[in-house]
Amino acid sequence: MNWIALKMLTGDRSKYLGIVFGVAFASLLMAHQVSIFCGIMRRTTSQIRDVEEASIWVMDPHLQYSEEIQPLADTDLYRIRGVEGVDWAVPFFKGLVRARKTDGSRAERGDYRQVMLLGIDDATLIGAPRTMVLGELADLKRPDTVVIDEAGFKYLWPDEPFSTGKLLEMNDRRAVVVGVCKASAPFQTMPIMYTRYSQAIQYAPTERRLLSFVLARHKPDASPAAVCDRIEEKTGLQAVSKDGFGWKTMRYYLKNTGIPVNFGITVALGFIVGVAIAGQTFYLFTIENLKQFGALKAMGVTNVSIVGMVLLQAFVVGLIGYGIGMGFAAAFFVATKNVTALSGFFLPWQVMAGTGLAVLLIVLMSSLVSIRRVLVLEPAIVFRG
Amino acid sequence: MSALATQAAVSCRGVIKEFGSGETRVMALRGVDLETPAGEMTLLVGPSGCGKTTLISIIAGLLDPCRGEVSVLGTSLNQLRGRHLVSFRARNIGFVFQQYNLLPALTAAENAAVPLIIAGMDRPTAVKRAQAMLGELGMADRANALPAQLSGGQQQRVAIARALIHEPRLLVCDEPTAALDAHSGRIVMGLIRRIAVQPDRAVIVVTHDSRVYDFGDRIVYMSDGHIERVELNGHAHKE
Repeated sequence: MNWIALKMLTGDRSKYLGIVFGVAFASLLMAHQVSIFCGIMRRTTSQIRDVEEASIWVMDPHLQYSEEIQPLADTDLYRIRGVEGVDWAVPFFKGLVRARKTDGSRAERGDYRQVMLLGIDDATLIGAPRTMVLGELADLKRPDTVVIDEAGFKYLWPDEPFSTGKLLEMNDRRAVVVGVCKASAPFQTMPIMYTRYSQAIQYAPTERRLLSFVLARHKPDASPAAVCDRIEEKTGLQAVSKDGFGWKTMRYYLKNTGIPVNFGITVALGFIVGVAIAGQTFYLFTIENLKQFGALKAMGVTNVSIVGMVLLQAFVVGLIGYGIGMGFAAAFFVATKNVTALSGFFLPWQVMAGTGLAVLLIVLMSSLVSIRRVLVLEPAIVFRG
Repeated sequence: MSALATQAAVSCRGVIKEFGSGETRVMALRGVDLETPAGEMTLLVGPSGCGKTTLISIIAGLLDPCRGEVSVLGTSLNQLRGRHLVSFRARNIGFVFQQYNLLPALTAAENAAVPLIIAGMDRPTAVKRAQAMLGELGMADRANALPAQLSGGQQQRVAIARALIHEPRLLVCDEPTAALDAHSGRIVMGLIRRIAVQPDRAVIVVTHDSRVYDFGDRIVYMSDGHIERVELNGHAHKE
């Protein structure tokens, strides 16, 4: 009977393709939008994830997310180092500064960009980028030097190949680009510059306090959670694990911005469109085949077999539509892999699984209405001309 | 001659069927008594709305009577329910419908093979047998055509092949010539007469096409939900 069900399904080519298109469109829309949403949320934690060495981030007790910086006192660093269970602790500067391109003698008027400046520990370079595309990380130890991320270089010097020696001016101080690195794209698309902490506080606008965060690591025999508790107890500061800080930041964006609502609406629309197109077309397909189902029932096909046939038809179009939708979604992210504005976005397996469940729901909702019509169908309908 | 040939293949006693309730209640059958023997073609004739289709639906086990006894091939349909009734239908009854009801996506041979596939036979064997049956009906060269590529008469021949392929002992045909011109209608009736009427098989044909009355051995005239009279046709058309 499965063979007959599939023949019935594919026999009416236009309806078959219509249902597949409906499911594929819904799958694509849902998977694409949820992936972009996840990508955006992930970007809010880029600078946290990029600092792989630190297991603990210490910050102002009232800080809500990674962009909201309330600097600490320099002495806080030493207090943290003194807490039991802390293996090491280093300063970390994070701030926005204005960088102006210059040829070294004369500033090009108005040609400046806002950049995200990250100041890493002078001695250990903890927090430095993991992968250099051009230049050596060790060159950061030279005075007035910065390393810039790939996207930032392209942003500041479009159409130019990666090179070192480029000059910038930040807070009236000279900066030389000594390397180009890979870095996770930030939430706001702006260049990321790495420099030593002592250099960063020179480039940053003058404030009484400039220590954004203290990066720390727990000792191998201590648990990060226990060390965080101890740091908070001893210093009165806020200490959270790396993952915890990431989730804290994402929660802030989820709660305080319209991003989830907007994406949620699009995803819901995708689901509704899927149910509407696929459901209605599948229902019409079943209605038009009622006589055929009636004939099959008259000839001795049981209700269980008929339900099996309808479900098989629904699952086949669901599976094909889902496959096509996922294919297009994946192709989009592959095609835009090198587009700066979309770098770091991808199709997570969790989104694929979630979309699969949504498609399953669409298919079930579509087929249940059809199954009901087929089940209550009197086989005697075949004797009505 | 089998035992079935000596007794009524179909027996109806006081069959009553009502549809709806209250003011919309319609009495389709008002106490029908009917016996049709095996080895004969019985025509159920009468004007539209006289209850022919309702009676044939009850005889085929597609509708339950409100009252009365229905026995088919020695089995009381009143006693059969659910999958037992479905199984009885699948094994013993063949159907020819007015609108053919062929599956448009299947070829003629595949359509004719459907009852065998329902019975669990593997598809290649079933289709091979269907091709042979279509050959008997003069359709060998059209076995791989889709229904849309066949004329009305050819589609009805495929439907006849489908109705007979699993060798049922009761064949019910609902207006098999209604959608055909007179010539095609007579060809189809001739085929049913030649292929389907067997000593151990009863054939019941619902029709209001008086041009084919001469094919029946027994003509049952119905009117307003009851049987008006039964005529034995001693001059039944023999091909």
